[in-house]
Amino acid sequence: MTVASNENLATVAASARPAAPRRQRGALWAWVVFIIGALYFIVPLIATFEVSMRSIPLFSAYTNAFADPGFFSSLLYSFVIGVITVVLSIVLIVPTAFWVRLRAPRLRPFVEFITLLPFVVPPVVLVFGLIKAYSRPPLPLTNSEFGSDALLVFAYVVLSLPYMYRAVDSGLRTIDIRSLTEAAQSMGASWFTILTRIILPNLRVALLSGAFLSLAIVIGEYTIASYLARPAFGPYLQLLGANRAYEPAAVSLISFGLTWLAMIAIAMLGRGSRTRIQIGGAH
Amino acid sequence: MTFLTLSGVQKQFGTTYAVHDFNLSAEKGEFVSFLGPSGCGKTTTLRMIAGFEQPTGGTITVGGTDITHRPPNQRNIGMVFQSYALFPNMNVADNIGFGMKVRKRPTDQIRKRVEELLGLINLPDKGGRFPYQLSGGQQQRVALARALAVEPQVLLLDEPLSALDAKIRVALRKEIRAIQRQFGITTVYVTHDQEEALSLSDRVVVMSEGRIEQIGAPPEIYNFPATPFVASFVGTLNLIQANVVDGASARLGLEGQEIRGAQPGAATGARVTVALRPEAIELGETGGSNRLRGTVEDVSFLGSIVRTRVRIGGDSVLSFDQFNDPGLAASAIGEEVTVSFSPEATLILEGRASADAAIEQAIAEV
Repeated sequence: MTVASNENLATVAASARPAAPRRQRGALWAWVVFIIGALYFIVPLIATFEVSMRSIPLFSAYTNAFADPGFFSSLLYSFVIGVITVVLSIVLIVPTAFWVRLRAPRLRPFVEFITLLPFVVPPVVLVFGLIKAYSRPPLPLTNSEFGSDALLVFAYVVLSLPYMYRAVDSGLRTIDIRSLTEAAQSMGASWFTILTRIILPNLRVALLSGAFLSLAIVIGEYTIASYLARPAFGPYLQLLGANRAYEPAAVSLISFGLTWLAMIAIAMLGRGSRTRIQIGGAH
Repeated sequence: MTFLTLSGVQKQFGTTYAVHDFNLSAEKGEFVSFLGPSGCGKTTTLRMIAGFEQPTGGTITVGGTDITHRPPNQRNIGMVFQSYALFPNMNVADNIGFGMKVRKRPTDQIRKRVEELLGLINLPDKGGRFPYQLSGGQQQRVALARALAVEPQVLLLDEPLSALDAKIRVALRKEIRAIQRQFGITTVYVTHDQEEALSLSDRVVVMSEGRIEQIGAPPEIYNFPATPFVASFVGTLNLIQANVVDGASARLGLEGQEIRGAQPGAATGARVTVALRPEAIELGETGGSNRLRGTVEDVSFLGSIVRTRVRIGGDSVLSFDQFNDPGLAASAIGEEVTVSFSPEATLILEGRASADAAIEQAIAEV
């Protein structure tokens, strides 16, 4: 039995031999590239962890971080602002991207250019502009807490434009929105019904990834929150870094872990959604 | 009684007409097909009936009501798309019930109607499936049920079978016709497939370059094409050039041989196009009083029929069909043969130039 199977293996090996060395070399290179890439990400994490462990007693950097009420309050503040930002940008971007694809495809380059502006205008310029415009009548938003929060959300909506628009636009590309819209229209559906019952549910995965990116940016954002004097996570982390030795490293790792948790949650949600398959092409 | 009318409907994009002066009156329950090559304006016309495109002129009425400027969601017109357009986020039952839900019908009524329609399209136990779990043919049946669920006044089908396999296409088109008859719903069907249009329709509208070439019942369109375009687009017609030897007796000269046509009146000496259906020509001398001699150029076996191409001389080639049977002695390539047909089988079409253009277009676009 053993002999027979060994013979079989030998035959298989013999027939596979000519191609094997090249394939092995390819696999080797793939591993080398993978390891270099992985090190690029892992070394800073290990280094951060190492710094956080220098505090005595062991893990005290972490316990201190958790003990500071500022940590959770600022994280919660940023998270809430992030969620509001995401909702607002969905309300703004989904109908816009839908309309541009359906009715004004010639405007697409223009809209795309606008959504890319946040990459060109630095946040510090944006926030100075906002403060200058909204610190006096007719809209003195910076005079109140609520006004400043609103201003922060508006600024974050602008920052999230490129990520959200791209996610939504590529999501729209995967469904035949023209036919779906027309089918719904012929059955008597209004624009609102079409957007909420047909378009949004089919954009679930795209919206989740856009929302995740926006949320991650908002939670880590420093400049705008700082200049608007908001109690956000970014300024808190900066303050901590300026005053403490090891805690910033611990907090960085914790926020990194939380980000990963959020990512896994989104991946799970995304898997729960049904695969979208559209057989047959457009006209 | 006329139910759906299009009068003087046109669609202009800049200076070009996608649809030009389109006039049609369809009876209640009638099945009308728009047939033509791509870009002939058939889909644009359909989309104007649905309300997805606004005509630049003319009026569209359904049941006596002018709907020309109504938005599509207020027209009560069902539509089936080539790409099925089922909502991917809803299961089959929700897809079918969508229109009724939009109209805020009671849940019980929706459920009952959905079940009824699922039975009608032979998918009684597939209500819980999602579109991606169904085959193309099943998806299109669901799309048909969905379009019919809201009891539309008119049903529009835009090349609904184009994305399907040949066998399913034939089966499904019979099903569509049966359901359409059962509902007695006025239907407009857009297709570029002449076999589909001829086999399904009460009337066929043949279109080319935004204009109606001919409207008629399928046999009328096939047997008596009104223009060279219809003749070349519908069926596989032989089109050959001839000189009119004597107009009064319809004698025609063709590559040094002479035949007789059935329609006198062409000007003597004129150059004309003669149309001949492949099934009207017989090998040998038994097919009628017209005889032509030529050389067999090609013999192709097409299952139930055998199609032979014979070169009469110069540029003139005739194709003819023989029913296949085991005893059939097919001609050999290069063999000299005589073919025959009756004078009534010939159809003299207008001038050479337009016929050539029609043939070129048909070849380019089919």
